[in-house]
Amino acid sequence: MTIGLEHYLMLSAILFSIGLYGALAKHNAIVILMSIEIMLSAVNIALVAFSRFIVPTELTGQVFALFAMGVAAAETAVGLAIIISIYRNKETIDANKIDLMKW
Amino acid sequence: MGQVIAFWVFAVAIIGTALGVVLLKNVFRSAVLLVTCFLAVAGVFILLSADFLAAMQILIYVGAIAILVILAIMLTKQVTFGSPSNKFKFPALIIAALFCAGVIYAIVNTHWQVSNVAPSSTTTSGLGVKLFGKRGFVLPLEIMPTILLATILGAIVLVKDRNK
Repeated sequence: MTIGLEHYLMLSAILFSIGLYGALAKHNAIVILMSIEIMLSAVNIALVAFSRFIVPTELTGQVFALFAMGVAAAETAVGLAIIISIYRNKETIDANKIDLMKW
Repeated sequence: MGQVIAFWVFAVAIIGTALGVVLLKNVFRSAVLLVTCFLAVAGVFILLSADFLAAMQILIYVGAIAILVILAIMLTKQVTFGSPSNKFKFPALIIAALFCAGVIYAIVNTHWQVSNVAPSSTTTSGLGVKLFGKRGFVLPLEIMPTILLATILGAIVLVKDRNK
């Protein structure tokens, strides 16, 4: 058997679902951020797989994946800065107790 | 044949470590498993003949993001807090499973126009032409440093202790 586009896309879909579950079901803000990283990785796999199998000579999908990586790094840095800032003020990173903006 | 075996090894590693990240109680262990997951994703990129992206994956994710996450875990002393599930555990499971089933149904039932052309053996020069060449991605490439600069400033401003 050969590994085709569908295999990579299914891997990507399963990985994205795992990340989605983690982002929805966890208390710890850092674990939520890690789950979001997993989801972004899944998207990158899908982009590179499309680039490899649909247009092998064009590298457009890989360019998009590069930009997604850069934005993911920026998002993690700011997210962790926010988490540390909240931890300083409230002594917790429980996402259910961070309700400063709840009415 | 070797590629098939490598794909399944990487796929099992990715999904296993990702499940570990989500399900383990110890946050530090999840962070270490996250690093393993990113390494396996880099392996998948190599299988997809994206060598430059694999190197960037290791540099950015394993080198930078993983260190940031581990530092944040240590700074917030939340290893003892663990990562308990909230009251939406089962609805989240159902939503994730439904999403996964829907996407896989769409993948299986779509006729993909797969091209049989062999991919280029090295991608770095091609990516450089794409990014910097005419009709390329110069504008997004110039916006990217702006985002990174805003990130640096934002992170410094957020973490700075205002009381001192």
